[in-house]
Amino acid sequence: MSPLNGFSLSRWWSIVLKEFLQLRRDRLTFAMIVGIPLVQLTLFGYAINTDPRHMPTAVISADHSEMTRTMIASMKTSGYFDIVAELPDEEAGRAALARGEVQFILNIPAGFTRGVLRGERPALLVEADATDPMATGMALASIDRLAAVVAAKDLTGPLAFLAAGQAPFDVRVHRLYNPEGITQYNIIPGLMGVILTMTMVLMTGLAITKELERGTMENLLAMPVRPFEVMTGKIVPYIAIGLIQATIIVLAARIAFRIPFAGSVVMLYVAVLLFVAANLTVGITLSSLAKNQLQAMQMTFFYFLPNILLSGFMFPFQGMPSWARFIGNLLPLTYFNRLTRGIFLKGNGWWDLWPNLWPLMVFTVVVMTVAVKFYRRTLD
Amino acid sequence: MSDGYAIDVSGLNKHFGDKHVVKDVSLRVRRGEILGFLGPNGSGKTTTIRMMCGLLKPDSGSGTCLGFDIRRDSGQIKRRVGYMTQKFSYWDDLTIRENLDFVARMYDMPDRSGAVGRTLTGLGLTDRANQLTGTLSGGWKQRLALAACLLHDPELLLLDEPTAGVDPGARRDFWEELQRLSAAGISVLVSTHYMDEAERCHKLAYLSEGRLLAQGTSQEVIATQGLITWAIHGGNLSNLSETLQRLPGVEQTVLFGAMLHVSGRDGELLERTLRATASGTGFRMEKVDTGLEDVFIYKMKQSAKESGPGA
Ligand SMILES: Nc1ncnc2c1ncn2[C@@H]1O[C@H](COP(=O)(O)OP(=O)(O)O)[C@@H](O)[C@H]1O
Ligand SMILES: [Mg+2]
Repeated sequence: MSPLNGFSLSRWWSIVLKEFLQLRRDRLTFAMIVGIPLVQLTLFGYAINTDPRHMPTAVISADHSEMTRTMIASMKTSGYFDIVAELPDEEAGRAALARGEVQFILNIPAGFTRGVLRGERPALLVEADATDPMATGMALASIDRLAAVVAAKDLTGPLAFLAAGQAPFDVRVHRLYNPEGITQYNIIPGLMGVILTMTMVLMTGLAITKELERGTMENLLAMPVRPFEVMTGKIVPYIAIGLIQATIIVLAARIAFRIPFAGSVVMLYVAVLLFVAANLTVGITLSSLAKNQLQAMQMTFFYFLPNILLSGFMFPFQGMPSWARFIGNLLPLTYFNRLTRGIFLKGNGWWDLWPNLWPLMVFTVVVMTVAVKFYRRTLD
Repeated sequence: MSDGYAIDVSGLNKHFGDKHVVKDVSLRVRRGEILGFLGPNGSGKTTTIRMMCGLLKPDSGSGTCLGFDIRRDSGQIKRRVGYMTQKFSYWDDLTIRENLDFVARMYDMPDRSGAVGRTLTGLGLTDRANQLTGTLSGGWKQRLALAACLLHDPELLLLDEPTAGVDPGARRDFWEELQRLSAAGISVLVSTHYMDEAERCHKLAYLSEGRLLAQGTSQEVIATQGLITWAIHGGNLSNLSETLQRLPGVEQTVLFGAMLHVSGRDGELLERTLRATASGTGFRMEKVDTGLEDVFIYKMKQSAKESGPGA
């Protein structure tokens, strides 16, 4: 029998009409139909940059001369480097890299200019935080050309002979943390946060809407239980689940992907705990705002989208325009990505982690406050 | 404490959007009394009950439940009230024992396992304590819900259509239990659609379209309407009913199976009309006591007439 046998146009049309009517009354779905393309287009079109420029760079200079100034100026004009700091010594430079405050350090040794003028071909040292190969690749490739530019500008007249032939100085590049530029080293620790975000927010997102849909909320509200008790009580089992998930990912990272682990396990678990708490409060807040489980899922998806794109997980954080970085700075995943990469690859200590730990705590407290405020105390 | 009233609320109003669902409702329930809460579907019974236990905030009005202010002390009220929701609202994916344990913990019961054990025994569900609640039949769910809301020894029970969809035997058991509880000093507010249940209540309150139309004992409620009622037995009663409705003195006819109730406020006029119409036709008729059902149908029609069609 053909599926068209006995097909009734009017029956079929009544289904079409019913779907349209229901869709029109489902405002959130409607908002998603319009919102998702706009958000995706904006994020992919404007925020994401696979050739990131304006990377924060610090200079450690033991030699101030016309030539080093030209060197620094030409780095700026290349568009890849923004000079954000002058640091006194190597130690300060390493610390800034470890904390992720700068992506590059330009280290100019003492007597550099004299060395060039004497034709000794001295070396400049560029240190890069190569955790994310995508963030550093193009910038480092541009560095090699700089020596020639400097030579052409400053080595003129009687010094022109120095510019001829071989470059008058060397640029030595030091890729720290991920010297071979292995993408997995960056992706796998980052994936930990992505997976935790997805599962934690989704599971708690359904926690309260489930009660509403099944009618058990009325019973719960009629009992002498406080909103804070309900909220935090519902969260606790998922903290355990989050820790188990994190453990699975760490083991897979070590065993299957052979990701180096330079830091401390205790610190990793502290970071995971704070991050899981932050996400659970988001989930429980969405759950309080949503009217049913479908809405909770839709909200979770909306929350997930910027987390994936703007947190530095997929695309280099420093390469995004400032408005996108601003949004990224509001997301717990941004901080957690820095924490996991810092612990896995850089071996960060408490002092290095702190700038990314406290925002998670603030986030959790603020969102929990919102959640308790929006919790239904009545059926109104 | 609050002059012996378990519930004492006045002037309660509630709107949902621009729909005025509860209108100036004032209710009093004495301690140990069973108040039957009657009214058609959508008349605002559930909404009123929810306002009394703090699940909804009244738009205006005030009052006390067990001496506690219904606006400010909902925490205190919840601790002392047992509320049985209209729709079963325990957790289907917990076992019977787990549900009872949960409730006992919620109310910080000192001897939790003892209380749960006694409740299970009382229910006769000890063997099935580890069965998932979702697998229980409707009647059992209702019994479980009542037992669960009694677990913490509440002083006041708010029961929202507890016997809807329950078989007659289970209904009778249920009411015996309620009468026992009331004798033990527990106050009860119970909403129902069944007239036989209404007759078992000490007091009645009748709600229609959000307005309280009558309150008092069933005799009082019946007396205030001043209806005279005749019962007619015989052949084609529905035709007779249609005829009578158009005649003077007849304000209402209600068919109860093989018997027609005809009511009106002017007894003489009614009697004359009936005798003129039904004499010599083989119908048997007698004057009877006006029943609750006659009164409530009468009230419902009156309020529908007042608010007009489409309201
Ligand atoms: N949460 C709500 N939102 C909007 N309307 C409601 C809500 N709850 C009840 N209503 C409306 O209020 C009226 C009274 O309902 P309810 O109190 O449940 O009546 P009853 O329990 O007597 O059947 C009904 O018309 C119902 O549709
Ligand atoms: Mg109801």
